[in-house]
Order: sequence, then C-alpha cells, then structure tokens
Amino acid sequence: MTPPLLRVRDLHREFATARRAFRARRSAVRAVDGVSFDIQPGETLGLVGESGCGKSTTGRLVLRILEPTSGSVEFGGQDLLALTPRALRAIRRDMQIVFQDPQSALNPRMTVGEQIVEPLLIHGIGDAISREQRLRDLLALVGLAEHHASRFPHEFSGGQKQRVCIARALALNPRFIVCDEAASALDVSIQAQILNLLQDLKRQLGLTYLFISHDLGVIRHISDRVAVMYLGQIVEIGPKAAIFDAPLHPYTMALLASVPSSRTGKQHFATIRGDVPNPADPPPGCRFHTRCPHAQAICRTTQPPLRRLGPAHDAACHFAEAIRAHIPTEHPRNAQ
Amino acid sequence: MRPPQPDTAPKLLDVANLRINFGTMSVVDGVSLSLSAGEVLGLVGESGSGKSMTALALMRLLPPGGTLAADRLTLLGEDLLAAPARRLEALRGHQIGMIFQEPMTALNPVLSIGSQIGETARRHLKINRQEARDRGIEALKRVGIPAPESRIDDFPHQLSGGMRQRVMIAMALVCEPRLLIADEPTTALDVTIQAQILELLQDLQAEYHMGIILISHDLGVISSFADRVAIMYCGQVVEEALADRIFHQPMHPYTEGLLASIPATDHDVERLTAIEGTVPPPWALPPGCRFAPRCGYAREICTTAQPPMTQLRPGSRAACWRNTGYAPPGYAPP
Repeated sequence: MTPPLLRVRDLHREFATARRAFRARRSAVRAVDGVSFDIQPGETLGLVGESGCGKSTTGRLVLRILEPTSGSVEFGGQDLLALTPRALRAIRRDMQIVFQDPQSALNPRMTVGEQIVEPLLIHGIGDAISREQRLRDLLALVGLAEHHASRFPHEFSGGQKQRVCIARALALNPRFIVCDEAASALDVSIQAQILNLLQDLKRQLGLTYLFISHDLGVIRHISDRVAVMYLGQIVEIGPKAAIFDAPLHPYTMALLASVPSSRTGKQHFATIRGDVPNPADPPPGCRFHTRCPHAQAICRTTQPPLRRLGPAHDAACHFAEAIRAHIPTEHPRNAQ
Repeated sequence: MRPPQPDTAPKLLDVANLRINFGTMSVVDGVSLSLSAGEVLGLVGESGSGKSMTALALMRLLPPGGTLAADRLTLLGEDLLAAPARRLEALRGHQIGMIFQEPMTALNPVLSIGSQIGETARRHLKINRQEARDRGIEALKRVGIPAPESRIDDFPHQLSGGMRQRVMIAMALVCEPRLLIADEPTTALDVTIQAQILELLQDLQAEYHMGIILISHDLGVISSFADRVAIMYCGQVVEEALADRIFHQPMHPYTEGLLASIPATDHDVERLTAIEGTVPPPWALPPGCRFAPRCGYAREICTTAQPPMTQLRPGSRAACWRNTGYAPPGYAPP
C-alpha cells in the first residue's frame, strides 16, 4: 500500500473563550478533539458536519494556518509541526486552500492576473515572461479567457471569482488542496460548474483534495471517502458508498434522513430532537447521546471509540452492530 | 394532492401580470400567481430571479425606489393595489404573516420575545397585556419551545438559531393568518434543524389550513413541502406545475437544468449537468427568451421572440418555444 499523502493523528485544537464578568474560570472550546485520518495520493476525502462541528478548523490545522494544540500532521512523510518557518514555507507550495466566499478571498484593488501570479512572485519562481505564460495556462485551465487577466474582481460573477481563486491556488502546482465549502456560496447551476471543474482538475493534475462541506449531496458527488464530524470529533469515516448507503452511526443516519430530496415528493421528516450542544460544554460520554434515539445508560458515561466495523469503515457508537442488525434497543427516553 | 377548488369562492391570493421596476430596470416582469386556502405554493429561483421581490410586492412592502404595477392583486377578493396604507397595515401581521431567512436580524435584540409576540397580538386583536402574554405563551408552546412560561421573557440572543426561527414562526402565526409568506425560512439553519422547522411548518399548515407561499432556492425543501411549484428566472415565471409533475417531467429547459445540477444524496452520477454561462443582470437582459443564451435547445426564434406561457396539461404551464414546436408567434396549426 502506498504511504498516505496526508497523515493526521489525534489532532486537538482548543480556543479560549473570552473572559466574562462574574465568571471565575475561563473555559476552553475544544473545537477539534482527537481527529485522526489519512488521505491517499489522488484521493478526495469529504469532511461533512453541521456548523460548529470543527470541520473548517480541521482544514486549517492540517495546513498549519492554525496551530494545533496537540497531535501530529504528516504531509508526504514530513512532520509539518516540526518544520522550521523556512521549511514550512517551502512545503506550502504543495498545499493550498480554496475558501467559501471568493468575494472576500480576492483583493478588490488588484487585477485578477496580478492575484493569480502573486504566489509565483512570493516564492520567486520564474521570470516575467514565464509568469505571463503560466498565467495564460492557468486561465485556460479554469475556463477563463486571456482578456480576463486585466480585469478587477468586481467585474466578475460569483462563479468566475471562484474560478480565479482556484487558478491562484493552482499557480504553484500543488499536490494537495483543501476546499472549504468551495461551492457553497454559489447558486446551484453555478455550483455544478465549479464541482465539475474541480473534478476535471483533479483528473488532469493528479490532485488530492480534502473537501469540506455541509452539503451531503455535494459530499457524495465529489468524495471517494467521507468523514462525518460532530462536536469536534469524527463519528464515522469510510468509503462513500458505505457512508451513504449503509451508515453505521446514528448521527450519520439522522443527517441523511434530514436532507429533503427533490425526488421523493411530499414527505414527513424523520427528525432528531434538540439542538447541537454548546461545544464549550459538551455532554459527557458519547457527545451525540443527548439527541440519539438509541442512547442507553452507557452512552451517557462512556465515550465510544472509533471502531473498525466494515472494510475501511469505522464508526464511534456502542450499539453500531445492534443498530445495523435492526435489533431494537431500549428507548428509555421515548418510553417516558 | 388537493383537488382543484371550484371557481366560485374568491381565491386566497390572485396576482395577474405583476411588474416591479427600479427606475427603468425591470426586476419582475409579468408574474401571475394564484393560491387557494390550504395550498402550498413553492416559489423557486436562483439569486436575482425576483422571487423575494415578488413576495414583498404581495404585501406592498417594496423597498424605496421600487414601483409596482399589476393587472390584479387581490387577497380574498380584496384589491390590495387600491387599499389605503392603514388597511394594508391592518392586513400585514393579521391576515398575512411573514417569516424571513435570518431570524436574528428580523427580531429586535433589545425586546424580550414575549413583548415582540405580544405587540403583534395586541395591535391586531385588540387585547390587553395579560391576554397578549397568554397568547404568546400559547404560541411558543405550539411551535415547540420548551418551558414557554419562562422562555417568553428571554431575549433573542439567548436562543439558538433554530429556536429563534421557532419564535419567528410563533410571531407570524399568533394572529392565525390566512396567508403565510415564508422567504427561505430554513436556509440559515443546519440540516437537522431545518428538518425540525419544516416538520413544524407542515404540522401548523395542516392545523390552521393556511395558504403558504414558500420561497426557496432549495428544490429539495420545495419538493418535500409544496403542492404546486412556480420556477422563476430573470424576473419571470418560466414554469408552473404540480410538484410531482415538475420534478419528474420538467417542461422548461431551465427547470430541467436546475434538477440536473443538484448532486443527490441517494445515488451517484459521474458528472453533473451544469447550466453553462451565468444569469444575465437585469440591465442586460437578452431579447427573446431570457434563458436562450444558456439553453441547449435554443433555436433562432428563441433569440428574437419571448415565448408565451402555454398551458400544456391541466395545472401545468411553461414558457418555452420547444413545447409549441418552435412555431412562430401567431402561427395556427392547420
């Protein structure tokens, strides 16, 4: 088996909450709390979860845009957290990020061409002529015309701006790109264009993606493997088909049941109750137990570890086997 | 599916040829809609399609600079175009309720939720403070807020996003309106919370037999809730049909393109069929069919003449030359 391109182990990140009047202790939000995964070269790992689950923080930690509190990140066999600033900067050529909102990711006072070649200038790559050529290639690669280079971001539509951001991310020929809700701010017809573009680029350039999104349809479409996050932890990870067609964690099941489909017609929603708990004060035991229809006593006290339950398919649930076998568990909350 | 209503009773809402302009710029052009009591109409479109402007116009609440014209705009037979400002104020919040996308901006942060719900009730129902508070508690209980007796004194910032949207719904429903306009009511919410809110709206709709106009860009949300669907593109309705039909047999190329653009959660496709190009801005609309520059079926006639809205089967109409065999305007088959 080839070594993974990205190897993440037991990643943690805490954020101190603001000091408040009349509150003795400062508490910490554990935004990412023990996350581990591998990404193979040429693979797309989809990271899905609701707002505040830590998926975007995870994306920033693996690029070391944010410093992890603890844990390890290896990229191409190198320990990212042990690198000197100079070495880190060199390795960053290989890893890039595309953000959700291209409007705020672009500088309104620079032409699009200047922004696309800026990474080459920063890393001192090529001369003016070769950069000019590279700019033309990049524009063609993302489906923009040469004359677009001299225009400013405000002259572009949302979809075109996102193409500019993708061209800029590709300027240094990276191997790995984190796409953080890269198509989420766009209308559906434009979203489809950008998703197709990202898939084409992956094939042409042999890219590896960590694709972060809250949209389960987008995740299914773009990913090879999928990790589902809840309150800072991965609750289930596995091949796309297993996650969507045979999920093992009750949270994954609830997410999938909550998505309204345009194919089923009028439906009644099978919903899970309650809100996501406050991440500054997560529940003890399994973090999902407050909303889980299968929760029993052990779930309130003991955190279930991520366990191998199928081929390359892990889930963190005490009762995954029983739920899979449709053995009804007791429903103490429902029995009240 | 609801059977067609007899034509004798006045429609809950009847809009014909609605036009909205900002200066010389047309943002809504010739929209006709109707809604019966107890019916849910889904209004779908991408950003800039004019769906939210249409909703605001129904309540005569256009932003400054907007001018409105229509051949007909009636609520239960009453002409809203001719109604004086006082009458409109009496109708809004009483006969017409509205829910917006972002509850945090729609709620007043310095007033308790009880006083905001109570304000609506006292104004329209002419009841006293205590009665208004009781009604507020009742409404909060109905929308599923736990411990409503104490929650009623909370301020908006003390509630989660889903709870705030429940409060918005309680406010909109406290006077039991006949028509509810819900503009992207779940777009800002996470998917599990969205499911809870949609379930609540479905229950309340069945209980109060309201007519609902549900505005959304999310075809999944529309499909799971609406009886009938109108698809808007560049300020016009391009297709309107029963929900089952529109999602399985779209008659307009734009509807077809939208449906093919959405990645599904229940099956895989190798490649999404994207609609090429972008939505033209309202100051640069193409002549002829507004979708023609992006349409794979477009022929010459599509670039010169606007296709008329054509009845294709009972309860299903679309504006596309393809459905009439690309026949030129005025052409009558032998």
